Amino acid sequence: MSEPRLTESLIQSLGGQLTPVRRLPPPWLRTAGWLLVVAAIAALLLHHYGAEHMIRRWAAEPDIAVAGAGAVITAVCAAWAAFSLGVPGRPARWAWLPLPGLLLWVGASGLGCLRDWVLPGAEVAGVHQSVDCLVFIIGLSIPLSGLLIWLLRRACPLRPVLAAVMIGLASAAASAALLEICHGFAVAATDLLTHAVAVALVVAANALMGGRLLQPHWTQADRTGA
Amino acid sequence: MTDADAHASDSPERRRAAWMAAAQAGDRAAYERVLADSVSQIRAAARRQGVPHDLLDDVVQETLLTVHRVRHTYDPTRSYDAWLGAIASRRAVDALRSQGRRGRRELHDEHAYDSHPDADDATAATEREQEARRLRDAIEALPPGQREAVEQLGLKERSLAEASALTGRQTGALKVNLHRAMKALRARFHGDS
Repeated sequence: MSEPRLTESLIQSLGGQLTPVRRLPPPWLRTAGWLLVVAAIAALLLHHYGAEHMIRRWAAEPDIAVAGAGAVITAVCAAWAAFSLGVPGRPARWAWLPLPGLLLWVGASGLGCLRDWVLPGAEVAGVHQSVDCLVFIIGLSIPLSGLLIWLLRRACPLRPVLAAVMIGLASAAASAALLEICHGFAVAATDLLTHAVAVALVVAANALMGGRLLQPHWTQADRTGA
Repeated sequence: MTDADAHASDSPERRRAAWMAAAQAGDRAAYERVLADSVSQIRAAARRQGVPHDLLDDVVQETLLTVHRVRHTYDPTRSYDAWLGAIASRRAVDALRSQGRRGRRELHDEHAYDSHPDADDATAATEREQEARRLRDAIEALPPGQREAVEQLGLKERSLAEASALTGRQTGALKVNLHRAMKALRARFHGDS
């Protein structure tokens, strides 16, 4: 069979297999759905730990509040970018969207560290507490990443690794923001480093696995073999 | 008048967008029209990526299959051409990569050949060529249905679903044909040697 005829017969048989499809909801709506789950977790943590301690820390060290806001902005923007990158034809520039939030988050956390060096005496986290932070961020990032990957199951990310990096960043930033609710310490260098390591681990793990997890259903999933 | 016809006076891109929107709702005529209309665009996108002429039809078919699988991701309020162009470019890059891999493998074989000179080189190469020709001839000699199954599933490494979509045959029939073809080829080669 010659190639143009193959294309023609392919079009006809695809037409024969056509069934109505449910359109993918817009990226902002799916982002909102994911944020709703994050908000539910935040509500649970607030219910358990109360907001008083968190607000007192914010009043004493406003840069913690700014860093927390930066983490929230990063999570929202990275999740939105991940969903946008899941739609063919949306520009790759979407990947820059979380950058301002990320700069605010890292910048404010870094300033907090500097202040603690200049004015020692604040209660800072020891190695043991830092490990707790690491476990919290990674532990919460796993279900949050899993949820994002599940929400992207019907999407078609043509740049799966970039989308996976956004997923990692969104879930790590959300976990770090949620940690603020039950975090008992000032931001110190060791703690900041722990957070950075946790975020880097989550992003790297997603980039390594997410790229593969996001791809199969629109490329090779229906290769049933011969 | 269908939903798709209502936009016939619009620009070609808006028409394609309207056809695809109608296709998402299950309008077969609109779907076949938008796919047929997309072929030249896919070829242009593939050429822009540097796909050689002999690979263009492969990219067109792979892109059409992908479009079919992910047609629910198209948002009718946005550009159809940008959506299709992104998928076609991706498929073009995939085709170039897999061609590159094949090329590298062949290069490595040649390299191995050069660095391990053998007195029987010429004989071995001739024998290999003869074997390849015999296999090609044997495949050519198969009944059309069996030949098609070997070409689609074996040589082009398509999935059953894709081969079925391409040839319009049932997956069961393709499997049976492949099985029969392999049996025939095996009998022919084992019988010969």
